[in-house]
Amino acid sequence: MSDTTITESHDAEAIPPGYDDGEDHIGLEHHTSTGLSNTKLAMWLFLGSECLLFGGLISTYMLYRNRQSDQLGPDQLWDIPFTSATSFVLLMSSLTMVMSVSAAKRKDERGTKLWLTVTALLGGLFLAGQVYEFTTFYREGLGYTTSLFSSSFYTLTGFHGVHVAVGIVMLLSLVAMLVRGKLVGDKAETVEMIGLYWHFVDVVWIVIFTLVYLIPA
Amino acid sequence: MAIIERPTETSALAGGGGLAVTPSSSYGNFRRPVQTTGWKSWAFTVDHKKIGIMYGVVAMVFFFVGGLEALLIRLQLAQADGTILSADKYNQMFTMHATTMVFLFVMPMAAAFANYMMPLQIGARDVAFPRLNALSLWLFVFGGIFINTSWILGGAADGGWFMYAPNSSVPFSPTNGVDFWVLGLLITGVASQVGAINLIVTALNMRAPGMKLMRMPIFTWMALVVQFLLLFAIPVITVALFLLMFQRNFGATFFSVEAGADPLLWQHLFWLFGHPEVYILVLPAFGIISEVLPTFSRKPLFGYPFVVFSGAAIGFVGFGVWAHHMFAAGLGPISVAVFSVATMAIAVPTGVKIINWTLTMWGGKLWFTTAMLFAIGLIVQFTIGGLSGVTHAVAPSDTQQTDTYYIVAHFHYVIFGGAVLGLFAGIYYWWPKVFGKMLNENWGRANFWFMIIGMNMTFGPMHILGLQGQPRRMYIWTENRAGEGFFDLAFWNLVSSIGAFVLGFGALLFLVNVWVSRKNPPAPADPWDARSLEWITSSPPKEYNFARIPTVHTLDEFFHRKYEDVGDADQHDYKQVATGEEVIQLEEKLADKHIHLPSPSYWPLVLAFSFPVLAYGVIYSTLLIIAGAAIAVLALFGWALEPPTADDSEFDPPAPDGDQPSKELAVSV
Repeated sequence: MSDTTITESHDAEAIPPGYDDGEDHIGLEHHTSTGLSNTKLAMWLFLGSECLLFGGLISTYMLYRNRQSDQLGPDQLWDIPFTSATSFVLLMSSLTMVMSVSAAKRKDERGTKLWLTVTALLGGLFLAGQVYEFTTFYREGLGYTTSLFSSSFYTLTGFHGVHVAVGIVMLLSLVAMLVRGKLVGDKAETVEMIGLYWHFVDVVWIVIFTLVYLIPA
Repeated sequence: MAIIERPTETSALAGGGGLAVTPSSSYGNFRRPVQTTGWKSWAFTVDHKKIGIMYGVVAMVFFFVGGLEALLIRLQLAQADGTILSADKYNQMFTMHATTMVFLFVMPMAAAFANYMMPLQIGARDVAFPRLNALSLWLFVFGGIFINTSWILGGAADGGWFMYAPNSSVPFSPTNGVDFWVLGLLITGVASQVGAINLIVTALNMRAPGMKLMRMPIFTWMALVVQFLLLFAIPVITVALFLLMFQRNFGATFFSVEAGADPLLWQHLFWLFGHPEVYILVLPAFGIISEVLPTFSRKPLFGYPFVVFSGAAIGFVGFGVWAHHMFAAGLGPISVAVFSVATMAIAVPTGVKIINWTLTMWGGKLWFTTAMLFAIGLIVQFTIGGLSGVTHAVAPSDTQQTDTYYIVAHFHYVIFGGAVLGLFAGIYYWWPKVFGKMLNENWGRANFWFMIIGMNMTFGPMHILGLQGQPRRMYIWTENRAGEGFFDLAFWNLVSSIGAFVLGFGALLFLVNVWVSRKNPPAPADPWDARSLEWITSSPPKEYNFARIPTVHTLDEFFHRKYEDVGDADQHDYKQVATGEEVIQLEEKLADKHIHLPSPSYWPLVLAFSFPVLAYGVIYSTLLIIAGAAIAVLALFGWALEPPTADDSEFDPPAPDGDQPSKELAVSV
């Protein structure tokens, strides 16, 4: 490990290009050690840890999915066509998110704002569907504390819904900041970052939809 | 969100970087603080060094709080029919002792070192997200205070540090103690999570030129592994804590057996976090002594790649052994066998480390400073704890030992003998780096010997107590069941209690040492003839860390700048070619002209403050939830909308013109 002999090479000539201008390079994406920008790496790490959050919640649901005291179980409650439709809406919002990132990369600010708004609207539509679904289940007698099944169902889908809601707030804040010119730094990357989060929430829903709704109890 | 955490400097300074940002007064409502002295310079700081110091100081306070709780426990058990504590208070005491030591001392003390040392060791000027770093600190501080306010608000949590459900649900623990515990750990969990993301990005992305991964100082490596463990373990405990909160506060029945729930759910979720947590506690200490031992043995670390990869292996395997905490829960023979074997397997990388440390010292010119004594103490004491740990891996043996004092003895040898001794080694080793003066070595040695004798007197007899069947968490024992002769529980309990006071006295000697050392003369720049990058700058380091970002050519960069290999092909023979001072002076001569540092910010403190408000709201009142949420939203938007730097006009004196070196000004930015 110590077989490299160091003589004078720690002087100026050994400094690679880009580092010898006496400037502080932290935060500049072109100068990070991995080549990924700090914010993007941080978002990936955050999403990685989110996998375990949803992993824990999904495991809890899978453990309790058949533990309902009365007759109100998945078979009596699920309205697969309706939930498929809202799931489709959420999937399409990922498409519009891609459109927005693509517009941002072309520096097409108008397109960026438009597609961000559409994404937020589709997200809102999905949430509205979830609220409608929860209300229907509640009217049919499935309260939060009715059974282990209901608690774990509402907890899992509720956590996901909160993630969608936070995503919508981020999208709308981003639009507002773009409109008022308050966004500093690389705009395309900021849009892409929120896109990463949005796609992740979407992918999690695909897993939840499959495990919770499509697989028979 | 850290979307706009670190914008680029204005084009005038950056020499035409593509992303010009002009700090403009259009953000008038959201100015950034500029104080460089007084309490505001600490409260609003984003400097990783000040944050590291604050982490350390607050953790040390909690160390003595937790120590006091331990002494009360040992007083209660010193004699038969103890009357110091009621059964209820005793339950609260051991729960809070463990919670404080694990979550409020060892973890934040390790975070203090990681915060302070990691950027210095990889040649960076700060962490990747300075404001998130401040947020982590304040979340930990507020979370710790929040948990401890339960003492005066109806009693603390009483379910033991793993808070097994359903024992922790309302019928069995009707006070708000468990609620404080759940919400407080959620807050400190956010702190750890944010800190983990921040430090991983820092270590991966902000390395100085030439600082390849396999040239990173070993402490940074171990801290990096720990951050990955936190990243993936904290979300699991978060789920468990949320489920328990919903059970206690909103009537869910996740852990109510009468409603058909499976009590093993909590155990699995908790230990899936809890076992990686063990390595979260001990790996930073391993990293610290892997710096201390080579320095004071005057040899490179033996088998650096082995130490790195065994650390990573411990991290990986650490996620696959959690159920060895549950051997008595009835998991079935297959699970027990699998987890038994996996647990034995994890002894291998740990043993590799012990061998590496021993061989690092082998043939070295040992220098027995206090830091070195603590490091050697770790090797010895941790090995004892590791060996008793292997006996737990054997499931039939473990079922006999579960919930006895033998377990208590084991994990104190591992956590006190491993983590705490390592952290003290780090304190003595890096004190001159952080504060610019040495700690007194004589008081240091007394500190070490009282602690090491005290810990063996306290925890050693617990092996005997446990094998004789004294249950863990029993608040009282009676004379007629104490036994006689060598196995007299009365005798060993008394020895253990006396040992606890010796240990407490030893810990106090550390405070004495800090006091008597407060007026020591400035320490030399390189007091230990150290090896790694954090020493290639003044002590304490300036706000900008390095006058010039060092270029790294090798592992142990600082050593190789001081010593030249004059040996033949296969024989190393190092001759000193420069002193540490000369190396540092050369760096300062070639200093960068303009150094840009992030401005302080109000918002991390404000955002962190909203968390305990929310948490009190969950326990007491919806109004407080709304207030907390409002503060959080305000803080988030303040955070997002504040200007990237303070305006030049806010400084006094104003910025000098021209191409003068602007370091002093930049420091105050």
